[in-house]
Amino acid sequence: MGHLESVPLFWRRMKALYTLTGVECSNCGEKYFPPRLICPECSGKEMKDFKFKGKGKVVSYSIIEVPPQGLEYQTPYGLAIVELDEGPRVTGQVVGCTLEEIKAGMRVEATLRKIIAINKAGVIQYGFKFRPEGYPVFNTEVT
Amino acid sequence: MRKVAVVGIGMTKFGELWDYNLRDIFTMAAIEAMDDTGCTTKDIEAFYVGSMSAGRFVGQEHIGALLADYTGLKHVPATRVEGACASGGIALREAYFAIKAGEYDVVMVGGIEKMSDLPTTEEVTTTLGAAADQEWETFMGLTFPGAYALIAKAHMNRYGTTREQLASVAVKNHKNGKNNPKAQFRREITVEQVLASSVVADPLTLLDCSPVSDGGAVAIVASEDVARKFTDTPVWITGSGQAGDTIALHDRKDLTTLPAAKFASERAYSAANIGPKDVGFAEVHDCFTIAEIVATEDLGFFPAGEGGKAAEDGLTEVDGQIPVNPSGGLKSKGHPVGATGVAQVVSVVEQLRGEAEKRQVNAPNIGLTHNIGGSGATCVVHIFSR
Repeated sequence: MGHLESVPLFWRRMKALYTLTGVECSNCGEKYFPPRLICPECSGKEMKDFKFKGKGKVVSYSIIEVPPQGLEYQTPYGLAIVELDEGPRVTGQVVGCTLEEIKAGMRVEATLRKIIAINKAGVIQYGFKFRPEGYPVFNTEVT
Repeated sequence: MRKVAVVGIGMTKFGELWDYNLRDIFTMAAIEAMDDTGCTTKDIEAFYVGSMSAGRFVGQEHIGALLADYTGLKHVPATRVEGACASGGIALREAYFAIKAGEYDVVMVGGIEKMSDLPTTEEVTTTLGAAADQEWETFMGLTFPGAYALIAKAHMNRYGTTREQLASVAVKNHKNGKNNPKAQFRREITVEQVLASSVVADPLTLLDCSPVSDGGAVAIVASEDVARKFTDTPVWITGSGQAGDTIALHDRKDLTTLPAAKFASERAYSAANIGPKDVGFAEVHDCFTIAEIVATEDLGFFPAGEGGKAAEDGLTEVDGQIPVNPSGGLKSKGHPVGATGVAQVVSVVEQLRGEAEKRQVNAPNIGLTHNIGGSGATCVVHIFSR
């Protein structure tokens, strides 16, 4: 499908996808991810950028065996709704652990990963996925 | 305001209809409905059709005009409405309003989808995924079975709903669909077969999922002023309710319910001046087994968390306390997404006329349809009576 290969469609979302930047309503303080222009809680129209830390917990999850286009070579993969510590919930893949280790309630943190690697336009689309909190990024002990 | 009745119904067989294209499928259903009504194209004053994604499934847009043209509805105002898998139910609601308002007396309502022309499962999965938030759910890898798997996990986690209870919904709907000559799958299955079928999105297996289908359904609706000119057995639409919710499942605080279904049914019950206990049977949106369990709770048939046990205990069987999906539901009858909402109406009208043969519920007075779009961002509920 052509839309998956549209560069601008992806490009305009890079800030949110790469840095988990959403918005906070200047009037009532409600926070949103992704950004939106009007607050559904108070109808406030002044929204300022808010950068989420990316830490939170798994609310519900599934292991996807039949994927949409573009993710055929990643199945099976873990997918979860994650509640960020600042409030909003987001959908993302869970990586950095076995599929059996994914549980409701587990603590996770966002990590920048490749989302779709196969793409006729030649653009690799990155975004956030989640990994267990405290995932060891570098092993500094040389043995 | 004036009362509105369904005076004629028509529906194609659901399934993989390789020999027919979009317009043929629709026209076959329309002819059956006009024959059933005893009306001709000259009686039809307006036409509303529900289709989720003819553009992506077969590359055809502007299908209100196309289908009106091939049905012979010359110069009739033809409008396509879209609300993902609730498109058909919304089409009926638009016709209901137009007649109630006094603009028309006789309106054709259609639902159509031709899904099997897409070459791969991934393309169908992607197209259906467009009913979710494309940028923030589908892009991340969410599929439709995935969305309902998240709901199922949450329901199991909170209420202890079991895998076997989910499977019992599919078993019951296949048992009912066996008696429906227009159903896509007319064979019984067992709980063991459901559990042993391949995983689509854990915990949902292939036999928890409604199929990819082609099909069309048509209802002809009329004002009370003219209804009896067409039929001795008008089926009255006594309540109509629609509600919305966030497009993304993750933006809802409680994943074990679809609030839009609660709001839509409350509005429909209120309009019909009845409550859940007055409903004789229901055709609900069982796109996945968990969806029927959640539906029976949202509609007030069972308390929250008890829908799974009720299904397992047989309370939703054709001869149960509240028969649910006596037609076979989306699971067995098939789910051509835009057609489903109107196909539910066809099933309810058959029941209320007493023409449902082996699927017949014992002397029902009131029937209900529950039609969901996406993961619950749209819900439309209608109540019908003899």
